[in-house]
Amino acid sequence: MIKLERVNKSFQNGKPAVSDVSFEVNTGETLVLLGTSGSGKTTTLRMINRLIAPDSGKIYVNGEAVTAQETTSLRRNIGYVLQDNGLFPHYTVAENIGIVPSLLKWDKKRIEERTRTLMEKLHLPADEYYDAYPQQLSGGQQQRVGLARALAADPPVLLMDEPFGALDPVTRASVRNEFRSLDEISNKTVIMVTHDVQEAFQLGDRICLMDKGTIQQTGTPAELLFSPANEFVTQFFREQRLLLELNAVKLSDIRTLLPTDHVTEKVSFILPEDASCWDALEQMTTLSAPVYYSFDDKLIRIDSAALMQAFTQYKQTISSNGRSTRLS
Amino acid sequence: MEDQPGFPEFVQQQAGKLLEQTLQHIGLTFISLLIAVVIGVPLGILITRKKKLAGAILGIAGVLQTIPSIALLGFMIPLLGIGAKPAIVALFLYALLPIIRNTYTGILQVDATVIDAATGMGMSQQQLLLKVQLPLAMPVILAGIRTATVINVGVATLAAYIAAGGLGEFIFGGIALNNTNMILAGAIPAALLAILFDTGVARLQKLRMRSVKTALYILPFLLLILSSFYLLPAAYGSSLVAGFTPEFMGRKDGNLGLKQVYGLDMRTVVISDMIMYKAAYEKTLDVISGSSTDGRVKAFDLQVLEDDKHIFPPYYAAPIVRQATLDKYPELAPALNKLSGIINDSVMTELNYKVDHLKQDPALVASDFLKAKGLLQPARKGAKGTVVIGAKIFGDGYILANMYKLLVNGYTDLEAVTKTGLGGTKICFDALTNGQIDLYPEYTGTGLLVILQADKTVIDSLIADKQKVYDYVSTAFMQQYQIRWLPPIGFNNTYALMMRKQQATELHITSISDLKEYLQHH
Repeated sequence: MIKLERVNKSFQNGKPAVSDVSFEVNTGETLVLLGTSGSGKTTTLRMINRLIAPDSGKIYVNGEAVTAQETTSLRRNIGYVLQDNGLFPHYTVAENIGIVPSLLKWDKKRIEERTRTLMEKLHLPADEYYDAYPQQLSGGQQQRVGLARALAADPPVLLMDEPFGALDPVTRASVRNEFRSLDEISNKTVIMVTHDVQEAFQLGDRICLMDKGTIQQTGTPAELLFSPANEFVTQFFREQRLLLELNAVKLSDIRTLLPTDHVTEKVSFILPEDASCWDALEQMTTLSAPVYYSFDDKLIRIDSAALMQAFTQYKQTISSNGRSTRLS
Repeated sequence: MEDQPGFPEFVQQQAGKLLEQTLQHIGLTFISLLIAVVIGVPLGILITRKKKLAGAILGIAGVLQTIPSIALLGFMIPLLGIGAKPAIVALFLYALLPIIRNTYTGILQVDATVIDAATGMGMSQQQLLLKVQLPLAMPVILAGIRTATVINVGVATLAAYIAAGGLGEFIFGGIALNNTNMILAGAIPAALLAILFDTGVARLQKLRMRSVKTALYILPFLLLILSSFYLLPAAYGSSLVAGFTPEFMGRKDGNLGLKQVYGLDMRTVVISDMIMYKAAYEKTLDVISGSSTDGRVKAFDLQVLEDDKHIFPPYYAAPIVRQATLDKYPELAPALNKLSGIINDSVMTELNYKVDHLKQDPALVASDFLKAKGLLQPARKGAKGTVVIGAKIFGDGYILANMYKLLVNGYTDLEAVTKTGLGGTKICFDALTNGQIDLYPEYTGTGLLVILQADKTVIDSLIADKQKVYDYVSTAFMQQYQIRWLPPIGFNNTYALMMRKQQATELHITSISDLKEYLQHH
């Protein structure tokens, strides 16, 4: 659990870097700090593990003010992933992953077991890479090692500063998907900084959109899209609006608007429960056929026309209601 | 030169001495390097944390680096005397800058993201330094140590000037004696040491990351071992310590003669002419190889020991001139000869005393003297041609060169230019034969023994008679080099062993035989 209360920080020249920032992130939740460069998102992140000291305000990690904790032990309990991975070039992959556990004085055997487990989970074959040096790895592999290093001591909190920012689009998508499906993070409090809107929508349970050091809006992806707090929020998502909306609206959100004819025949592929309209559309276009979705143990068939109709209807309802609509 | 042995024979003959000097050289280099690392690396680390100090500390180390090495050694003598101490301190100061600077830049060059990650993961400042900054800065720090090592191997040759030993003894001895083998015997090992250590440290630099950790433990150990080399050729010895110039060490009419003729064997260090007298005065040395007309004999109250077995040949000074120059300007010889017969031993000592001890300008001393003798004429500012007058680095030369300049300018239409401070006999004589200078004052003994390197039989037949020596060198120089010896100036600046007057009196030593006698019983 992480909580910020009215945190302020100015640059050395007196210009505010972060003004009056407050938010709370619960255990198991991922909050994305989204904004352009200079919006104060990285500064906010770095104040949480005390790499930067706030001028005023309070920051709590796991219920305790960070200033009340010893800096090094606070940091050892927070996983930290950096954009340029920051791997130690003079350490092997295994040594890199084992840094925090060895700072915490785990015994050697435990560190090795943990390292091998994590490498397995992150698709880095230990036989091949255990004793390799970071320079011998590809960018995507290095970033995976960076992630494994942050997770090594199983910290309750994970801070990620543009973790996929330095990767090419293809690698980026694959590492991102791996991250999303990683069981290690399900019970952690995660704060991630990014300027990539799609990434924010894909990974964030909630998004905190920042500009010029202040929070513009904090909410679920759907809340930001369908009930923007101000003009800035609207403008920010303008370019990719349709894509984001299709992503943000889950099939479960519009199930009442979808056709209800049940299907009884056997089908080979059923969309997952949390699939979005985008996922459904993607399936339809790849298969050139309707797709199947199940709720309340009933299987329904959706084609593109029906889907788009339901989606449009849904949007009309919520914009006329003018309120947050995420039902799930 | 004709009967100089070949280089391999020379090395074979001098193997013991060569080994001793090489070990001393390695020792000097690494003791100072070790101290520089012990002090420089922490200083470098300090200034990465207190950046305000960085400018000042790097500035000071930089200024130290720009002081000419021989001057730095000179500064050390009043503070630390002579011998190993000032040499080590001077070398240490030279090694400091590259080590501090490379530690500083090496640590600052470490990727900021890596530092950020290390800090963010909860490393303490000490862990950050030891696990991240130092290992990653190590190649750069080693590059600094490498530079410092090579500098030190080079500068350590100068240690021979202040009785700290090392390969400089051969190099400077060889230059002074016009003995190429001796120069090479010093220079080649020194160059080899530089190359060896350079590639050695370069190897360390290229070690894989993992082995760097091992290297970190081995390095101090290795430095310590190499440093201890200096102590190996430990003092052997006698109760009195002698300090001889590099030139004196290798001369037949120097230390070799003392050993052969007198059987004198005492603890000897090699030292520069410039600081030898003072070292004797300050009781760091007891016996020195001075020159009889040196002003410092008077200044430091030293007593010349009688050469009762006549090993020091006559050293009468006379200008030697290129015959080509004399042919071109016939008026030159009469002008130069005005000085002939005017300066005797005591006059020369007095003149040297004024320059060396009273710090009067040699040019002024020269003109005052000529004025007193009624020989000074105002310069004619003639433009007929230029005559270059050289002089060796010791006192006599400066004054004589200045007198000749005044005489040439006053009595001829030629313009005289002085080129003083030429390192030694070899440099001076080579300059003369190459035509870079036209004349310089030389001593008959030097001409016979150093330049002509006459046979032993020839020397033995001549050495007791100053006129025979003069006649022999005059003829030989003209035949071999087309260089003319003009008439002698009058004084005999011969080599002499000297001691503090007080000590000589106390020990009842008046001659070199007395000294030998004394040493045998103590």
